[in-house]
Amino acid sequence: MALLDVRSISKSFGAIRALSEVDFSVQAGEVVGLMGDNGAGKSTMVKLIAGNFPPSEGEIVVGGKVCHFHKPIEARAEGIEVVYQDLALADNLTAAQNVFLGREIRKGIWPFRVLNKQAMIDRAAELFAELKSETRPRDLVKKMSGGQRQAVAIARTRLSNAKLVLMDEPTAAISVRQVAEVLELIRRLKARGVSVMLISHRMPDVFAVCDRIIVLRRGSKVADKRTDTTSPEEITGLITGAIRDA
Amino acid sequence: MTPSQPMSQAMPAAELREQDHAAIADIVGIKEQTLFQRFLASQAFWVAIALFVLVVFMTWLEPSFGTSSNVTNITRNFAPIAIMGLGMTVVLITGGIDLSVGSVMGLVAIVAGLLLTWHQPWYVAFGAGLLAGLACGAFNGFFVAYVGMPSFVVTLGMLSIARSLAVVLSGNQMLYQFGADAPIVKAIGQAKWPLREPAGWAPAWMPEFSSHFWVMVVLALIVGFWFNFTAWARHLFAIGGNENAARMTGVPVDWIKFQAYVFSAFTASIASLLLLGYSGSAINAMGTGYELRVIAGTVIGGASLMGGYGTAFGAVIGAAFLEVIRNALLMAGIDSNWQGAFVGGFIILAVLLGMQTSGRSLRGMLEGMFTGKHK
Ligand SMILES: Nc1ncnc2c1ncn2[C@@H]1O[C@H](COP(=O)(O)OP(=O)(O)OP(=O)(O)O)[C@@H](O)[C@H]1O
Ligand SMILES: [Mg+2]
Repeated sequence: MALLDVRSISKSFGAIRALSEVDFSVQAGEVVGLMGDNGAGKSTMVKLIAGNFPPSEGEIVVGGKVCHFHKPIEARAEGIEVVYQDLALADNLTAAQNVFLGREIRKGIWPFRVLNKQAMIDRAAELFAELKSETRPRDLVKKMSGGQRQAVAIARTRLSNAKLVLMDEPTAAISVRQVAEVLELIRRLKARGVSVMLISHRMPDVFAVCDRIIVLRRGSKVADKRTDTTSPEEITGLITGAIRDA
Repeated sequence: MTPSQPMSQAMPAAELREQDHAAIADIVGIKEQTLFQRFLASQAFWVAIALFVLVVFMTWLEPSFGTSSNVTNITRNFAPIAIMGLGMTVVLITGGIDLSVGSVMGLVAIVAGLLLTWHQPWYVAFGAGLLAGLACGAFNGFFVAYVGMPSFVVTLGMLSIARSLAVVLSGNQMLYQFGADAPIVKAIGQAKWPLREPAGWAPAWMPEFSSHFWVMVVLALIVGFWFNFTAWARHLFAIGGNENAARMTGVPVDWIKFQAYVFSAFTASIASLLLLGYSGSAINAMGTGYELRVIAGTVIGGASLMGGYGTAFGAVIGAAFLEVIRNALLMAGIDSNWQGAFVGGFIILAVLLGMQTSGRSLRGMLEGMFTGKHK
C-alpha cells in the first residue's frame, strides 16, 4: 500500500486551472522529485497535500485513509510535514528552540510548569547527530548558513516522526556547499524510512537524490519515471513541452 | 610530467584550504550561546555599567546625590516607569507598541478615585480601576490581534479615548475627598521598607525603599522567570522573530498577542494605583506623556522596536537610567523642562545603536571607527 495516493486531483482558482486530474503515489521511504516550469502547479500540489487548502476535485489518500485537509495541522496529524525555505524559522531563537517551537517539553505541575530546556537541547542534539549535521542546539538561527537552517527545519519534521516530508525549493538561493548538505539530509531522511517529495528547478539535485521524477506541465502530469530510466535531457524536454508525453 | 598534473594536485589543496576556512568560521563566527556570553552581549548589561559609573560619578560630584533619602526618591520615581516598562517589553517583543499606557493610567486613577469619593472600600475601588485598565488592554488586544490593525493606530486611538474618558468621568476635577479607606489607600502608596529607627530596625545608611520599588522588584522577578522558563514566553519571542513561522508551527499567535496588550494595561493600572495612593488624590492628567518615558526606558534597556528582543532586567535598568539622568540634571541646576529633549534623544540614540542595517550594526561601525578596523 502506498503511503500517499493522489487520485485525479484538480484545483481551480477562479478561472485558472492550476491542476487538472493529477494522479500519483509515493511509497514509504521513497524520494520523489516534482518538476515543472514556473506556474506548472508544483507549489499548488504541495499546498494541497500539506492541507493549506482542499482540492476542487479528487482525493488525497494517506496510508489508505481518504483525507480532507482544511488546515496544515490536520495534515501534520497524518504525518505530513512541509519544510519551507525561509518561512518557518524564528531568527531570534536558537536551533533547539526552533525545533521545539509549539511543542516544548515541559516539567513540573501547574502553575509551575516550566520548560525542560536540557531535555530539549539533548533531544535536538540527538536529531542533528542523526542527520549528521554540525548544527549545535544552542546556536542562534540568525547566524546560521542556509544549509544549517534546512537542518533545523528538517530536524523539526523528525521530532514529530513525519512519514512524508514535502520540500518546496529547499536548494534555491543557497551555496553549492550547502546544497550538498541539504541533499545529504534528504538521503538521511530516506535512510530512516521517511518519504520525501522534493520540488526543485535544479536538475542535478533532483537526479542526485530522487528515486522517481514526476513532471507537471500546465497543471497536468506528463511524466512519472524512475530516475534510472530517464535522463536530464528527457526531463528538460518534458518540462518545456519539446517532448509531448512519456 | 604533463602540465595538467600540477593543476589537478592544486585543486584538492585549494578545496582543503576552503574547508579549513569554513572550520575556522564555525569556531570563530558561530559561537555557542552561553548564558554569560548572552549577558555580555546584551545592551542591558552595558547600560547597567553606564548607570553604575554615572551613580559613582554623581555621588562624588554631589554628595547629596548618594544620600539614602535621595536613593529612596530615585527608586520610587522610576519604579512606576519600570513596572510599565515590563508590560511594554512584552508588547514590544511581539513587534507591536502600546502608546496608550499613560492615558490608561489616568483612566484607572479616575475610576478608582471616583469610587473612593463615593465611600467604597479601597479594594472595590482598586478592583474597578484595574478592570477599567484591563478593558482598555482588551480593546487594544482585540483590534491588534484579531482584527489585524497596526498596534500604532489602535493604541494611539486608545491614548485619546482613555484620556478623554478620564476627563469626562472626573468632571475635570481633582478627586481627593476619599472615604473611610483613605488612610489605607495612602498607606499602600506611601509604605516603605525597611524602616529606620524608631519605627524599624534599619541603620541610617540604608535607604527606605518604597512600596513602588518593591512591587517593581517582585513583578520584574516574575516576568524574568516567565521570560526564561515558560513556553508562553518562548512563543512570545517566536512571534516577534517570525510571526508566520510561529503560526505555522501551531503557536496561538492571536491569543498571545491579545494577552500581551492586556498585560501592558495591567502594569499601567498597577503603576496608576500606586501613584494614586502616594499622592492621595486622583487627577485625570496622571501619566500624561509617560508612554514616551516608558518606551525610552525599555528601548534603552535593549528591547527592540522591531520585535523579538527584550528582557525584564532591561526594562528596569532602562527606567533607572533615565531617572538617574533626570535627577542628575536637576542637581546640576538644569531646567527640568529639558527632560523631554533628553528622553526623545535617548529613544533615537538607543534605537540607532541597536539598529541593523544590512547585517552591519551602527555599534559595529562605531567600534570599527575607534579600533581602525572595518568589518
Ligand atoms: N492562491 C492562488 N490564487 C490564484 N491563482 C493561484 C494561486 N496559487 C497559484 N495560482 C496559480 O496557479 C498556477 C500554478 O501555480 P504554482 O504556484 O503551483 O506554480 P509552481 O509550479 O509552483 O511555479 P514556480 O516554479 O514558479 O514556483 C499559476 O498560474 C498561479 O498563478
Ligand atoms: Mg512554486
